[in-house]
Amino acid sequence: MPPAPKSGDALFASVDRVNAELFTLTYGAIVRQLLTDLEEVEEVNKQLDQMGYNIGTRLVDEFLAKSNVSRCVDFKETADVIAKLGFKMFLGVTATVTNWDAEGTSCSLVLEDNPLVDFVELPDTCQGLQYCNLLSGVIRGALEMVSMKTEVTWVRDMLRGDDAYEMRVKLIKQVPEEYPYKDDD
Amino acid sequence: MALAAIYNLFIINKSGGLIYYKDYGSAGRMDTNDSLRLASLWHSMHAISQQLSPTPGCNGIDLLQAHNFDLHCFQSLTGTKFFVVCETGAPNMEMLLKVIYELYTDFVLKNPFYEMEMPIRCELFDHNLAQVIQKDRVALLGR
Repeated sequence: MPPAPKSGDALFASVDRVNAELFTLTYGAIVRQLLTDLEEVEEVNKQLDQMGYNIGTRLVDEFLAKSNVSRCVDFKETADVIAKLGFKMFLGVTATVTNWDAEGTSCSLVLEDNPLVDFVELPDTCQGLQYCNLLSGVIRGALEMVSMKTEVTWVRDMLRGDDAYEMRVKLIKQVPEEYPYKDDD
Repeated sequence: MALAAIYNLFIINKSGGLIYYKDYGSAGRMDTNDSLRLASLWHSMHAISQQLSPTPGCNGIDLLQAHNFDLHCFQSLTGTKFFVVCETGAPNMEMLLKVIYELYTDFVLKNPFYEMEMPIRCELFDHNLAQVIQKDRVALLGR
């Protein structure tokens, strides 16, 4: 019998934690340095997304190893697991899953509380900056490792005056895991 | 005593390449080429076993029993396979594989200088693995 999946709180309690300010300030320093190095805001957005992707491809295994979750039956369950367990384990907050489309292939993850942005105010020169683009990259990378190609975009951002943080997660395709057995495939 | 129960450990990446091999006292008849070849053969056999399944949703071979050894295999949802060859009837091997998976996520994947899908050369992983393997079975059971 495999062990039962852990709850978000149990999962959060089982991992090592760091001081929240250290985390927030470190992230801020990284974004700031990227802005200095790359100069273009658009390039910084891309770089953050790429960094997140690289983190996601590694972090997904830790999540699976420590949460005991088994294979999700559909994308809806996947979204719930990310919102309730994934966010809790790595960021200590949970997200709400809403706005499903009719096909059940895209939804929104809404964060009321986002530990990355404490102390942050976007200056006028950086209005196009997706400050939390790392997060969306992490989700894209993690899902790609479990055979789901996704597109993750920010639709609401409190740093730009919206009332919450909202990410749109769209399932592009599910890559089959089967091996190519037939020669003509 | 506890050490003798496990003969060797393999870790295979999702394309079937051997990324880690450790011998704990098999008869010592395997060189690097042998272990690489066996690993990719096991990868294929594992895939074939999924095809053999009469019902969908099969995850492949978990346990292979021979008259003088058991082979326990664990495949993560990301496609990495961990398997140990051990004495027949050695207990708690599923648990051991799960612990090894956790060690892999902690000391291999979190090492920023580890390249994904490449052979594992991480001292911290070696060190912690040795501790887990040597630990009394009772301690494993308690986890």
